[in-house]
Amino acid sequence: MKPLLRRYAAVLVATVVFLAFLVLLPGYQGKALEILSFQTRTLLLVIPPIFVLLGLLDVWVPREKMIRFMGPGSGTKGITLAFLLGSFAAGPLYGAFPVAAVLMKKGASFPNILIFIGAWSTTKIPMLLFESSALGVRFTLARLAIDIVGIVVIAMAMMALLPKAEVEELYRQAEKIG
Amino acid sequence: MDTFILYLVAAVCLVWSFVKSREKTRIALKKAWKSFENILPQFLVVLILVALCLSVLDTETISLFLGKNSGVWGVLAASLVGAITLIPGFVAFPAAAALMQGGAGVVQIAAFVSSLMMVGVVTLPLEIQYFGRRAALLRNLLAYIFSLVAAVWVGWVVGL
Repeated sequence: MKPLLRRYAAVLVATVVFLAFLVLLPGYQGKALEILSFQTRTLLLVIPPIFVLLGLLDVWVPREKMIRFMGPGSGTKGITLAFLLGSFAAGPLYGAFPVAAVLMKKGASFPNILIFIGAWSTTKIPMLLFESSALGVRFTLARLAIDIVGIVVIAMAMMALLPKAEVEELYRQAEKIG
Repeated sequence: MDTFILYLVAAVCLVWSFVKSREKTRIALKKAWKSFENILPQFLVVLILVALCLSVLDTETISLFLGKNSGVWGVLAASLVGAITLIPGFVAFPAAAALMQGGAGVVQIAAFVSSLMMVGVVTLPLEIQYFGRRAALLRNLLAYIFSLVAAVWVGWVVGL
């Protein structure tokens, strides 16, 4: 564990920048603080259940089971499961990363992890309903169709472009932080 | 609404786990706290970055970029704004709908929505923490390029 001060160095820098922004551009003060409090509330609201579920997943789902369902060689079953897990998720994309780390730790394959993140970002079902009422069914379905293709294409491109050793290193890292 | 379901699912799982094994539940909660505490600094940085970006890039500023006749530059600007910011869907969709009624082009709106969802520049510090610099940057770059393709496609389908 790194010393506390070093871990929070970036937070300190960001805070100083934020304070400087407030002082130098007083016109934005009210808005910046309002957005900061809104985002903080969203984070505090969404994050606790995600991490509780993560902890439970970590303790209760055996590695062998995860490998069978989402590991290398899980094929269409793994891809479908990755899509479903991401689509039924709630919360902003940043909630997906810690979940992905635990899935990696449990042995889900890297393409499936990428599909999971892609699904979390674009095919979340509650959001789709909301989107179609705001922007129209045609808009939403057209976007959904191309994004499903895109998620798979991006996952394949990442697999082709990332060196194998790098992916293995990410798995070792997930072991530590998950 | 979806947050409520999330809480419900978490609560049900937690009770089930507690009934099955008190000890394992304790370990699970401890792990949950540890992984949260681990990533907390990155979360805080992202919060501050988001507040800075969104206070400068509000709906009015964004709408300047998104006119129907803003052309290729409008699409690029829309996708860049979408890539940088982090706006929850329930704020972004009504805003996008209002922009569209105000005369913004479909391709521009689609570029904004797509890159908003898939690309996260302000959340990069978090993503890098979990996926490393190379994978995180690569994913965002590919997703950005893809969101432009998606925008053109959506514009074409809606215009049919």
